[in-house]
Amino acid sequence: MLSAVGTLTTMGLVLGGLLGTAARYLAVEENPIEAELQSLLPGSQCGQCGYVGCAQAAAALARGEALVTLCPPGGKAIAEALAAKLGIKVDLSAVADDGPRLAVVAEEICTGCCRCSKVCSTDAIVGAAKQIHNVIREACTGCGACIERCPTEAMSLVPLPVTLQHWIWPMPANV
Amino acid sequence: MGYFERIFKEPRWGVHPDDHKRPAADAALRLLPPPARVYMPLSQHVGGAARPIVLVGQQVHKGQLLAEAQGNISAPIHAPVSGKVSSIGEVTAPHASGLGFGAIVIDSDFADRWIDTDPVADPFSLSPEEITRRTAAAGVVGLGGATFPSALKFSLGKRLAVGTLIVNGGECEPYLSSDDRIMRDSADQVVDGVRIVMHAIGARVALVGIEDNKPEAIAAMRKAAAAYPEVRIRPVPSRYPMGSDKQLIQALTGKEVPADARAAEVGVLVHNVSTCAAVHQAVRLGRPLVERIVTVNGGAVARPGNIFVPLGTQVDELLAFCGLNEAPSRLILGGPMMGTLLAHGRVPLVKGVSGIIAFDAREAAVPRAGPCVRCGSCTKACPMGLLPLEMAAHIRSGDLAGAVDFSLTDCIACGCCAYVCPSHIPLVQYFSHAKGELAARERTRLRSEAAKRLAEARLIRLERESREKAEAAARRQAERKAAKALAAASASQAQAVVT
Amino acid sequence: MKPGMNPAVAPVAAPHATTANSVGRVMATVMTALLPATLCGFWLFGWPAIYLWIVTVGAAMLGEILCLRLGGRAARPALSDGSAILTGWLLALSLPPWAPWWIGVFGGLFATVMGKQVFGGLGQNLFNPAMAARVALLISFPVQMTAWVAPLPINAAAAPGIIEGLRITLGALSPALDNISSASLLGHVKTELSRGIDLLHLLTAGHAAADSLSGARAGSLGETAAWLIAAGGVLMLFLRIITWQIPIAMLAAVALPAALLHLVDPGRYLDAGSHLLSGGVMLGAFFIATDYVTSPNTPRGQLVFGAGCGLLTYVIRTWSGYPEGVAFAVLLMNSLTPIIDSSFRPRVYGRDRKGVALEPIK
Repeated sequence: MLSAVGTLTTMGLVLGGLLGTAARYLAVEENPIEAELQSLLPGSQCGQCGYVGCAQAAAALARGEALVTLCPPGGKAIAEALAAKLGIKVDLSAVADDGPRLAVVAEEICTGCCRCSKVCSTDAIVGAAKQIHNVIREACTGCGACIERCPTEAMSLVPLPVTLQHWIWPMPANV
Repeated sequence: MGYFERIFKEPRWGVHPDDHKRPAADAALRLLPPPARVYMPLSQHVGGAARPIVLVGQQVHKGQLLAEAQGNISAPIHAPVSGKVSSIGEVTAPHASGLGFGAIVIDSDFADRWIDTDPVADPFSLSPEEITRRTAAAGVVGLGGATFPSALKFSLGKRLAVGTLIVNGGECEPYLSSDDRIMRDSADQVVDGVRIVMHAIGARVALVGIEDNKPEAIAAMRKAAAAYPEVRIRPVPSRYPMGSDKQLIQALTGKEVPADARAAEVGVLVHNVSTCAAVHQAVRLGRPLVERIVTVNGGAVARPGNIFVPLGTQVDELLAFCGLNEAPSRLILGGPMMGTLLAHGRVPLVKGVSGIIAFDAREAAVPRAGPCVRCGSCTKACPMGLLPLEMAAHIRSGDLAGAVDFSLTDCIACGCCAYVCPSHIPLVQYFSHAKGELAARERTRLRSEAAKRLAEARLIRLERESREKAEAAARRQAERKAAKALAAASASQAQAVVT
Repeated sequence: MKPGMNPAVAPVAAPHATTANSVGRVMATVMTALLPATLCGFWLFGWPAIYLWIVTVGAAMLGEILCLRLGGRAARPALSDGSAILTGWLLALSLPPWAPWWIGVFGGLFATVMGKQVFGGLGQNLFNPAMAARVALLISFPVQMTAWVAPLPINAAAAPGIIEGLRITLGALSPALDNISSASLLGHVKTELSRGIDLLHLLTAGHAAADSLSGARAGSLGETAAWLIAAGGVLMLFLRIITWQIPIAMLAAVALPAALLHLVDPGRYLDAGSHLLSGGVMLGAFFIATDYVTSPNTPRGQLVFGAGCGLLTYVIRTWSGYPEGVAFAVLLMNSLTPIIDSSFRPRVYGRDRKGVALEPIK
């Protein structure tokens, strides 16, 4: 009985020690995954995730400090892509994804102050000083950075209008 | 068909639904009198919407160009009645979403005055390019439902030196008989159209595939094609989806179109019989595509049959013409296997609509969907050799990549799987949902890539601006310094002069 | 003019027509195919067999209802598809006909509760519920599960009547019936071989096969009258309820090694005919292994699955401690079904077997 306990204990200790040593000396250099993660992020540097830009967010993701659901403009699709890249499984059913959105200018309120166009990370807002500004639909990422800068609350985010080309069949109701 | 044929000759794929084609197919073709108002949508084809060139209030003749093709893949539209353009705006699209799209509204003057047409006595003296041009100008698109601009297919066939033209007279969808009717009534026009298309693409033979449940059409076409040995009429087994391009090509030539490739790459091109008739109208008579035969069928219809209808007519108007026994319980644009459910009948008929089906309550009864019992009926029915049950299971759990791994992208949405499913699972809707979702993700990806490029361009711009600013400042400073030095020099000079 | 408005709110995708077939109809057809063999079994084993069948089917339905109620789902639609009845029926056919009532109750409940509903209900289970229950019974109650009786047609003088049959099923077996206890052919062979008596002395040629054809021999309801079971199977093949791959592969995989080894040593190995016609091979090949939920659904996968079932059956019968192995073989192959399904996919149109697009051929 004692010898059996002793044998097992010794074996456990020896094997455990071996594993520990191996983990230390044969450690693989950390995967240079940061760049890959960054390539998945929108790259608009909007800062809604709480990091300065997409590069910093990617670094945080690689360190495991940020959730894959960190990117609001990216929505479900990017969360899924990030999770796949990081090899983790997440339940995305709770992630709110109202689809892509778009900034619009309320022309009757816009004073042409040019503040919004300065913060737009994709140069999607055009307009000269004292002129009504406008948003280039194709370039807007819907990040919402301009909303906070507008002194007259003339900017707002609206869902991208659903057209025949963009309409998606709903999932059949569950049985 | 005997047991021997059933076991050994019939294809293994597909389904055999009750076809319900008669008595509608046997009723003589009727003409719909020009409606008071037509709604001619700008987008009745695959590709970019047409651009209106008429103005509100303008008088138009029947066949007059209303909107011109816009972009590489597009088709023009023409006035289906003579009258006055009353507005240009949105109408409900013949689409499951019930969303709207642009249309030109014409108030008919009931005169049906045609434009001056430009008939060609001998189309075979024209160059293939000229035929293609005339077909494009007439707004001919695939009338079997695909609505791809026909002229583009002609150029493609010519470029890839297609040898065989396959003419699709399959019409495998139950209830529909518009192709059947056009082959019975206008076989000469169809055969002439086939020969014009052959001339346009340089094909040597044309194989006309007609399902063997249409013996009258086969006889009429054989008679019309008797003088032209290069046009061969080939009966094919009645089996849904025989009218699908890939399946018809396989049944007639034994060739398989590789995945992600076009039929032209294996040396064949498929055109519908109605499309060929429209080509005949466009090239020989110079008439643009403004009318077509539409089957009106279903239990709720009092006098089912085929009607010759101006495009842009509202579905309700056509149903009223045929009479209703009862309010339709389900209104379908196209056939029951792949057609679109309409929420109401205030929807215009477009070029690709071959039928309107109004189901009565009995036909529209849908059994409740139950759990999948993995019976494998769907895998046996699938003409593409897919595993619909596996794809649906992956999609249900949100695993779109898994569904793609099961070749979701090869699905042709023919509906065989959902038709045979004993649990009545809406399999096609799962696949349509997943395909839409994948397309949306692709759009998002392209968008974010574009955003990334824009953000990088902005950084470069900001950098350049600050550099230029700094350079300008430095330059100004240098100029000031120089000016100062100059001023100092001239001052000292002046002083020197003074002293 | 206001022709019909459609009340549908959410868009519904095509197709707008559907087959008249339904899960309930499929199950009903399978039951019809089972009926002749079952009635023949009732005839041969009398009232106790009828009672046991009723108890087992009832328990299977009860298990289904209980689970659906616990899960807060409506029991009626799920029950009306007939899958629980069929599960109980198949299980009853694999039990010793004079087994006591609680065998049927335990088995029926186990089949639907542990074999099916625990996995999530119809279509979700990995293992064939009837066979899972049979194996659970065999392991838990080996004595009751191997107490076979010789057939005693219902109209025979010695056969138990309505009341006496009920007493047998309720467990109060009258002592006079002890002497009709018997062993199934496979059990008999296994016992005698282990005692060192070879088959040449044990059986007179042709004896086993002939008995099996008429069905008048010891065994479960589903083991008797192999030809009626096979006829039911052929009916299902003809009605396209099942495909030929699984039954043929399974029967061939039992018959081939049996014939081969019988040639090598007739003293140690039973002939192919006896193997095919005795035990649960026929029932297994046509009704058990072909269960939709737990078998692969591609033709090549089904061939592999059927062959695996047959081969394992033969191996278990010949070299293991159990005289019969269909249930074990089917369960083992059930566990491989997901792997078989993902490895033997059909070829997609326009692609080769690996999924690579074909080269265009002009």
